[in-house]
Formats: sequence, C-alpha cells, structure tokens
Amino acid sequence: MLAFVSPALRAAGDFLPAIVFDFGGKFDRSFNQSASEGAERFKKETGVAYREFEITNAAQREQAMAQLAKRGATIIVAVGFTQASAVEKVAKQFPQVKFTIVDAVVDLPNVQSVNFREQESSYLCGMAAALASKTGKVGFVGGMDIPLIRKFALGYLEGARRVNPQVEVFQNMTGTTPAAWGDPTKGAELARSQFGRGADVVFHAAGATGLGVMQAAKDLGKLSIGCDSNQNYLQPGSVLTSAVKRVDVAVYTAFKSAREGKWRAGPIVLGLAEQGVDYALDEHNRSVMSAKMAEALNAAKSDIISGKLKVAEYRTP
Amino acid sequence: METYTLIILLLAATLRVATPLLLAALGGMFSERAGVIDLGLEGKLLGAAFASAAVSAVTGSAWLGLGAGILTAVGLALIIGFACITHRGNQVVAGMAITLMVGGLGPTLGLAWFNLGGQTPQLDGAGQRFTALVWPWAQTAREHPWPGLLYAELLSGQNLLVYVAALLVPVSGWILAQTRFGLRLRAVGENPHAVETAGISVTWLRYRALMISGVLCGVAGTYLATAASAGFVRDMTAGKGYLALAALIFGQWRPWPTLGACLLFAFTDALATRCQGVALPLVGVMPVQFILALPYALTVVLLAGLAGKTLAPRALGIPYAKDK
Repeated sequence: MLAFVSPALRAAGDFLPAIVFDFGGKFDRSFNQSASEGAERFKKETGVAYREFEITNAAQREQAMAQLAKRGATIIVAVGFTQASAVEKVAKQFPQVKFTIVDAVVDLPNVQSVNFREQESSYLCGMAAALASKTGKVGFVGGMDIPLIRKFALGYLEGARRVNPQVEVFQNMTGTTPAAWGDPTKGAELARSQFGRGADVVFHAAGATGLGVMQAAKDLGKLSIGCDSNQNYLQPGSVLTSAVKRVDVAVYTAFKSAREGKWRAGPIVLGLAEQGVDYALDEHNRSVMSAKMAEALNAAKSDIISGKLKVAEYRTP
Repeated sequence: METYTLIILLLAATLRVATPLLLAALGGMFSERAGVIDLGLEGKLLGAAFASAAVSAVTGSAWLGLGAGILTAVGLALIIGFACITHRGNQVVAGMAITLMVGGLGPTLGLAWFNLGGQTPQLDGAGQRFTALVWPWAQTAREHPWPGLLYAELLSGQNLLVYVAALLVPVSGWILAQTRFGLRLRAVGENPHAVETAGISVTWLRYRALMISGVLCGVAGTYLATAASAGFVRDMTAGKGYLALAALIFGQWRPWPTLGACLLFAFTDALATRCQGVALPLVGVMPVQFILALPYALTVVLLAGLAGKTLAPRALGIPYAKDK
C-alpha cells in the first residue's frame, strides 16, 4: 500500500491541504459551509490551493481520502462524525499524512480530533428562546438522531429551563439515517407541528433540513434559531439567533498549523472559552433580540467561561 | 378542546404531506392504466422540483417555475415513452434509469448554473413561491373553534396546488370512467390488441397517457420545491415517488381509493411527527426509531394484506408489438 505513495509526487516543502465534506454538501449554509469558509480563508491568506471532495454516498469516503492521500495531500481534514471509521482506516494506511477529524474522536498518532462543546452555545440559545417565547413553549428539530444532536438538545433544554423552569420543550428528530440532513420538506413539517402545538421559537440542528425549519418559521410569522453557521441573514427578522460552531476556525487552524509545522495529533475541545462556539448577534437579528436579552446571554456566557456555571453534557446511555 | 385542535392540526398536516403523493399517484394511474409501469415517478418529481426551483429563482415567477416543472416532467416521460413504447424496452429499467439520471443531473446542472453545490438559490422573493391562500374571514373564524378552526386550518390556508390536487381526483375519475379517451386508455392497458383491431393507435394512446403523468408529476415536483419548501436540494423527493406508486397499487389503480391511500400514508407520517417524544398511554415515550419506522411498517403490512387481490391492468408492463 505504501508503495503507492511515491515521495516524488510531493516535492519537498510542497504543502497540499485537502478537505472532505460530509453529507449535505459544502453549500448547506450550515455545518459544511462553515468548514468550506475556513478552507477558503486559508487559501486567500496564504495563496495555497486546497483539494476538496463532497460525499454523495457513504462508500466514497474511504476512497476519496485514500485518493487524496495517494496524490500527495499533506493534511486531510474530514468534516463530520460519519467520517470517523474512514479516517481510522485510511490514517493507518498513510501514517505520514496528517488527518484532522471534526466532531469525532479517532485515537491514532497521526489524527487530530476536534470537538466542540455544542451544549454551551445551545444553552445560550435555549435561554434566548425562553426569553423570546410568549407562550412558554419552545421547540427543537434535530437532524439525524445521534449523540451529537442530543448534546445540542440537552444544552438547549437546560438553557430554556434556567430562564423559565416551567417551559415546555418539544423535541423532534428528522430521521435515523444521513438523509435526515437534507430533507427541508420534512424539516418544515416538523417545525409546523411544533408551532401548531403552541411553540413560538424553534431551534434546529439539522443541516440543510433546517432550511425548511427556518422557512416554516418565516411563513408562519414565528421565530427560528439557526445552527453551525451564522444563519441570521437567511430569514432576517425571523431568526432569533444562531448557535454558531466555528468549524471554519477548526479547519483554518488545522491547515495553518500544519503548514507552519505546529500541528499536533490528539484531541482538541473548543467551547465558549476558546471561541469555538457562540451565539450570533448582528444587524439581521437586532430587531428580534433585545438588548436586555443579549445582556442576559452575555452574563451566562461569562459564567460558563469562568466555570461558575456548568452545562451538562449529553452522555450516551 | 385540546384534542380537537390537535386533530385539526394533524389533518392539516396530512393534507400538506398527501398533496405531492396524490398528484404523483394520479399521474402514475394514467400511465399504468394504459399499460406502462411508471417507476420513473420519483425521477419526474425530482426533475420537476429542480426545474421549477431553478426557473422560479431566475425569473422570480412561481408560475413560470410551474411551467418549467411540467415541461421537464413531460420531457422525461417522453424519453421513457421513446424507450418503452417506440422501442419496446423494459419499462422497469427505463423508469429506474430516468430516476437515477435525474438524481445526478439536477445537482450537476444546479452546480454549473448557480454554483451552490447543486442547490438552487433560496426562493424568498414575492411571487417566487406558491404560498398559502387565506380565505375570507379565516382569522375571525378562529375565534369560534367549532367549526371555525376547521375552516381556518383545513379549508383555508392551503396553497393553490393543494386545491388543484383535490380537484383532480374527481376529474381523473370522470376522465377514466366517462370519456371516450378514458375508456380507450383503460382498454389499452387491458387488451391493446383489441384496441388496435378497432383502428386506434396503441402507441399514440400510451404516449398521451405518459404525457398526462408527466404533467401531474410536474405539478407535484413544483409543489415540493416552491410550495412545501423554498428551493431545490439534492434528493429532496426522498422516496415520495415510490411511496406514491405504493399508494397507487394499494388504491387498486382507481382514483378515490388512491386518494384514500395517499391520505392514510400522509396521516401516519403526520402522526409519527407528532408522536415523537410524546408519552403515549400504556407504553410511555416511544423510541424515535420506532416512531419513524411506523409509516413504512404500515405500508408493508397494508400491501401484504392485499397480496393476491391486486387488480393490476392486465397488459401492465408488457411492451406492445403490433405483429404478435
């Protein structure tokens, strides 16, 4: 296998970064897009081009990574938890190639695992939802039912309960397969069902499915909360805030540190303190997010950073 | 009172989910009653969804989008016709081929035109989508839940295509049962040789049946992309074409039973959505996986219960050759 990796392919000092996107594609206006923005920023700043691959079916992952490694990639960033098994396999085959996986942990000497404390930003969004809700009922629409999404849901629930202990939180998952990340029709239907039961703010953690959630909120004159990327601009005035997850920073840092020789294998966890996650406030949501609300969120934020406030993390039962 | 509201909201969701299924199933009915298996439903839906979203995004008109969706689906239907009627190809293979082709072609064209990774731009301008039509006094009616809520949530507040779909059930029933065209169409699906003997072109009849299927799939695809959501996303039909085919078979290739089947599938889907995370009597909170599998499990059970009783058109799936 190693015979394929001819050193001649890669002249000394030739730095070739690569990125493999997950289901949903790099224009999902959410998780993958954020990753893509990080890679673009790196390209713009350094002038180094990167290779990319968008997954359309599960079988392509391993092949794509092996292909990129064979063709001389220095570092391969795999975005998304579904890539973990592929990274594990390919990283063993190409021990001299650096791998960074986002949202999963792969314990190998040449793999860096970047994870986020999504519960912290979700907690702030839960607070925002409960503060903005007039009915005392808020909703959550998840994509695929996996521990990562449960982590969002739990943080959201805790945040909402802190503001209003009596708050009712409706929770729906779109599906149990990766197709659940790309079904906006279903997302809209789930959101409508929650609005129908009295919710007036719905938070989505569902990739492209969430676009349907936000559309439904807009159509019905309710509020939605975006996820991963700052999605406030998608439906201005109807998006309360977004649980921003700086996948772009993770990708950018991985590329940059690898180029400068500072890249280290092992686990990295980014939370509010590391500015890896946050809630979004900009000109698109100022009309719905009052200064008082932002103040409450910022207070909770500094409490979480200082460790005064602990947000529970979802653990698989 | 709470139960009443819940039921009304469930039924409203059922209508929204059933509309694309019904349109596609009625399209499939015309094709299959003429003897051509319509496995290309999924592909035609997807193609129409893409075309309508793309055209609506560029021109800003949902109506032009609808036109493009219909043209695309009819075009795809004609390709199937060319393969299966003119060249007597295998209908199952042709339908699958169309579905697979569109699955790749839509996102590819989308990538080339919009540079958004195969999606179309989000439709949010005025007139780019088919939005809910609110009937007079719907807001006032809400104050008197019975029967006001029924009026406000079910009759009013749907988009135009929902009403079109509902109207098409009696219309197709009438066409198939009462008109000369409908009678001939059914005859061609039962015994094409007899039809040919009477001096009527089997080929032309089947082509027309496929085109009708194309038109209806075009409307269904447009509904998905410009009414139910706001733009095209890769594989957004998510198997609705196949579900429509199942509804058609379950409905025994007749319009009213097919409507019933579509409503049933849509209702289980809407119910599944609402049962998630709700504690049910006796059993408590059901696991999400179980709830999500429910509509499909029901489909299998219902179709299995019908085994051996299906009244498929007799010439269904058999390419017609004049000289045999």
